[in-house]
Amino acid sequence: MDLLQQLGQVGLQAFQRLGRGSLFFFQVLLGFPELIRRFHLVVVQMWSVGVRSLLLIVVAGTFVGMVLSLQGYNTLVDFGAEESLGVLVALSLVRELGPVVSALLFAGRAGSALTAEIGLMKATEQLAGMEMMAVDPLRRIVAPRLLGGILAMPLLAALFSALGVIGGFFVGVGLLGVDDGAFWSQMQTKVDLSDDILNGVIKSVVFGVAVTWIAVFEGYDTVPTSEGVSRATTRTVVHSSLAVLGLDFVLTALMFNG
Amino acid sequence: MSPDSGVNAGSGAGDSLVSIRDLHFSRAGRNIFDGVDIEITRGKVTAIMGPSGTGKTTLLRLIGGQIRPDQGAVEVDGEVVHSLSREKLFQLRKRMGMLFQSGALLTDLTVFENVAFPLREHTDLPESVLRNLVLMKLEAVGLRGAHGLLPRELSGGMARRVALARAIVLDPKMVMYDEPFTGQDPISMGVLVKLIRELNDALGLSSIVVSHDVRETLAIADYVYVIGHGKVVGHGTPEEISGTDSPWVEQFVQGLPDGPVSFDYPAPKFIDELMHGAER
Repeated sequence: MDLLQQLGQVGLQAFQRLGRGSLFFFQVLLGFPELIRRFHLVVVQMWSVGVRSLLLIVVAGTFVGMVLSLQGYNTLVDFGAEESLGVLVALSLVRELGPVVSALLFAGRAGSALTAEIGLMKATEQLAGMEMMAVDPLRRIVAPRLLGGILAMPLLAALFSALGVIGGFFVGVGLLGVDDGAFWSQMQTKVDLSDDILNGVIKSVVFGVAVTWIAVFEGYDTVPTSEGVSRATTRTVVHSSLAVLGLDFVLTALMFNG
Repeated sequence: MSPDSGVNAGSGAGDSLVSIRDLHFSRAGRNIFDGVDIEITRGKVTAIMGPSGTGKTTLLRLIGGQIRPDQGAVEVDGEVVHSLSREKLFQLRKRMGMLFQSGALLTDLTVFENVAFPLREHTDLPESVLRNLVLMKLEAVGLRGAHGLLPRELSGGMARRVALARAIVLDPKMVMYDEPFTGQDPISMGVLVKLIRELNDALGLSSIVVSHDVRETLAIADYVYVIGHGKVVGHGTPEEISGTDSPWVEQFVQGLPDGPVSFDYPAPKFIDELMHGAER
């Protein structure tokens, strides 16, 4: 009975938090129209969460494409289908690995930084100070970060996929001897703009919303102590990674299932 | 000195900028305020004193409308703070300045940009006018030369002076100081004492200083409230407070280790704990 009660309590707390997070999200969304007038605030955040994640995305994308090419070649060559390597690499990246891996990296690099930044602003009374200056922190601090993250995520995923394809090309064509004409032409024929690329972009936008929302909420809702900020940062990485994987299954089922 | 609170407590309720009536507030099952009445007079420096944990900072947050009282009313400049819409509350806050204990400066902005922040958010002033205003406020706190520094390059005292310049940049009617002297060296403390008094008089402000630094606070205050165990335990001019016959206020003002506020945290008898502690 105790266990049942505890389970119920944990469930209720989770739903309460989800409710609080949703209200927070809609309150922040109300601040978006004002950002059109002050877009420089969003640009600063895109630089902070996007440009600063570039190195990680560039390196990871290139290596993931190279590994995909190596693994794919070994399988395809048994069937004499190594000329389809370009399609395999591109579809894997554009549909799945690009959005998912870049979102996971984004959660670790930018999500944790956002939570720590907002959490520390709360712990050092910067947010309370802003409220006392009649400035709404949700609009001035949180909204530009949320929009910046949402806009940066698809760009990073696209870059990840593009570099992955290039990495795959160098390994497949340069190292393993696949015909470069076949590599590119099959890719061009089989990769569809709306079915593959657009769906991949939609995925990365959804992941961008989920990761950035979780990151800014955890920061804003943190217990204002060093331990509280540390826990919130960890929660951001764990929750947003799980959210990305869960959402990926749902989106894949909706987009590519028949 | 008046030994307890009353609705008309304070120095001239008719000219009140802030009026707190029958304030009740509790948090996590603990009574912070249990029927507090305070009047803050326009143009004066009013000190709210009391030991740590008596809710002094909470009182400022109630005046600023960051939290709501359980019962009673907090009126600022004729408006009941907790009944205002968010928009009207923000309008009222433009007439209030607050100096946080930590300074609460935005760490990624320079001193200049920190002071300019409220102006950039609330006005469309041309850059040249804004620059003059910011430099004027920084000059008032003696830190015009530090306008290019980042908050991490400032000492604690300098950070509070920058925060003070930011608090007065919108020309508020009142400034609230949360423990302005805590952790300051004697020179910084002297500077802050001087600034609070001089800015209050020169700019025609009303100031609320929350502090437990008795000597410094009594030196600049026009009127003092002492709060303890959820109530106003005494109020009067600094002279009246210094010459009090209330044992509680006397213990606080003179910093006596024992008295009505016990040295010991409530506990069972020591002998019982020693003899039977292992059994529990």
